[in-house]
Amino acid sequence: MTALLPRRGLAQILALVVILAVDRVVSPQFFDLRLQDGRLFGSLIDVLNRGTPVALLSLGMVLVIATRGIDLSVGAVMAICGAIAASLADSHGLPVVLAAALGAGLVCGLWNGFLVAVLGMQPIVATLILMVAGRGIAQLITEGRIVTFSSPDLVWLGNGAILGVPVPIAIALGMLILTGAVVRGSALGLLIEATGGNARASELAGVATRGMILAVYVWCGVCAALAGVIAAADIMGADANNAGLWLELDAILAVVIGGTSLFGGRFSLVLAVLGALIIQTMNTGILLSGYPPEFNLLVKAVVVLAVLLLQSPKLSDFAGIMARLRRTKP
Amino acid sequence: MKGLPPVLITAVVLVAGFALCALQFPNIASTRVVGNLLTDNAFLGIVATGMTFVIISGGIDLSVGSVIGFTTVFVALAIERWGVPPLVAFVAILALSAAFGAAMGAIIHVFDLPPFIVTLAGMFLARGASFLLSTESVPITAPVYASVSDFALRIPGGGRLTAIAIIMLAIVIGGVLLLRLTRFGANVYALGGGRATASLMGVAVGKMTVKIYMLSSLLAGIAGIVFSFYTSAGYSLSAVGVELDSIAAVVIGGTLLTGGQGSVIGTFLGVLIQGMIQTYINFDGTLSSWWTKIATGVLLFAFIALQQGLVALARPPAAKRAGAVS
Repeated sequence: MTALLPRRGLAQILALVVILAVDRVVSPQFFDLRLQDGRLFGSLIDVLNRGTPVALLSLGMVLVIATRGIDLSVGAVMAICGAIAASLADSHGLPVVLAAALGAGLVCGLWNGFLVAVLGMQPIVATLILMVAGRGIAQLITEGRIVTFSSPDLVWLGNGAILGVPVPIAIALGMLILTGAVVRGSALGLLIEATGGNARASELAGVATRGMILAVYVWCGVCAALAGVIAAADIMGADANNAGLWLELDAILAVVIGGTSLFGGRFSLVLAVLGALIIQTMNTGILLSGYPPEFNLLVKAVVVLAVLLLQSPKLSDFAGIMARLRRTKP
Repeated sequence: MKGLPPVLITAVVLVAGFALCALQFPNIASTRVVGNLLTDNAFLGIVATGMTFVIISGGIDLSVGSVIGFTTVFVALAIERWGVPPLVAFVAILALSAAFGAAMGAIIHVFDLPPFIVTLAGMFLARGASFLLSTESVPITAPVYASVSDFALRIPGGGRLTAIAIIMLAIVIGGVLLLRLTRFGANVYALGGGRATASLMGVAVGKMTVKIYMLSSLLAGIAGIVFSFYTSAGYSLSAVGVELDSIAAVVIGGTLLTGGQGSVIGTFLGVLIQGMIQTYINFDGTLSSWWTKIATGVLLFAFIALQQGLVALARPPAAKRAGAVS
């Protein structure tokens, strides 16, 4: 699997390079970086920074999708956890705020995992419940207002810098390394893939499939919570209506662009995060080019379709037949 | 008898809920409120009818909300800016949305892709296209709109059955007949039961898939026209999230999300339950609108858990353990 990784990632890396090149044409200063007040600035940093929430979501989502599941509730979980963080920020210290927000994400993930693994619901349905109700819960926490805060600790989480690198980027990178170390440093990743490949066969082979499914949804909830806290810290407030809106779709898109099959059974963390960056680079490019941001949705739709068609088993069958025909011809 | 018990439960929930509402606010039990409820949820009823077909066939259509948004903008611009007669604009948009649905169905079938992700792309596409047409709300001042809005059948007790409510009821009845009495309807159930089985039974799976998504998008187009009658405007952000409301209505109505079982009547009752919750919250005045979402979520959970229980009971004991995980 690891030996195949570079070849598998080639298309994504090429896509990113092409989009970056287009961005460079559109905006000549695209690659300029400068250090100001101990923090790096520039369009590239901007892409990474704004891509953080989707990158974090895709880290959890890719594991869920690897088990042949899907989590539609991540946007709503972001809203809930952002709301919790924002309403606690001015009265409690950062550890309490983080613990409360991440704890809430964990509970949300546990709920989803319980519905899927224990009650045996279809993932798309099970997570739809929290997707619908979650935003209502977030509204309940903020009492329908946009809660603002001024706690410097939490603001630092969204706007600060460690050694010049903005904190959100550092967090996303840390989470990528942590997740990678846990799932690829042990057999866990393989077991998750086995669960997605064939849950019944895996269970007969001794894999604790329920535990695996529960664990990936919990991790997805925690990642969403972190994304929600960062999104709230970024704007110094929590907007239950709009925080994380549509981001579940972006996260799924990032995972799909990263070459992870929606049918489960294999996944790549790095490529999923790369997928998130590709989406964000496109968004930023469209903004920089002066086109209205409304083009984003159209471009995204075309990209989804293109990636899907490339991944389609039917199309690869077709390509295989063509290749065989060509080989047998002379 | 397919899907009858869940529908009965939905009906009981609706009646009991309505009785509770009426106990607290006696004014709710008037034809006026019921008439308004039908008018306010007309577009949802139409789009949910189409969603019922898709879900019974084992698919899902996430693009309907965006198609409604696109339709309102297209109709508004066509009538107000391009000077097209309203009827021509309606025919054009219905043809366009039907073609859109057919294209999605074709992609789902030909490339063997999950409906969920294909219609997700369709959702982006339609919403993006409506943004491109106009990001502003375009008021519609055509005389047809005024006369349709004014038209209403008076029902005893001061209620008004508006034109758009009548359209919705007609489509629901049409949907019931189409699903129950035609070969098309039988094929929809067959597809939901299992694609391979259906194909072996002689159902033209590809053609059916295209037709089902075409129907869903066509009804979304009609819902869009109805929505433009309702608001007398076209706005690219209208009907955001309606796909979720309609899926919720379908599930609350007792249709199995895995396909193969369900009914249009149940969906209609599901729409009424959602409308009833909204009405209750409006009457109460102190509750905020987000309670609608929470209540819908709770109902969704209750109904899905119920379905899950019924399915588990129906399954032979030997298969129970092995199939529990998947």
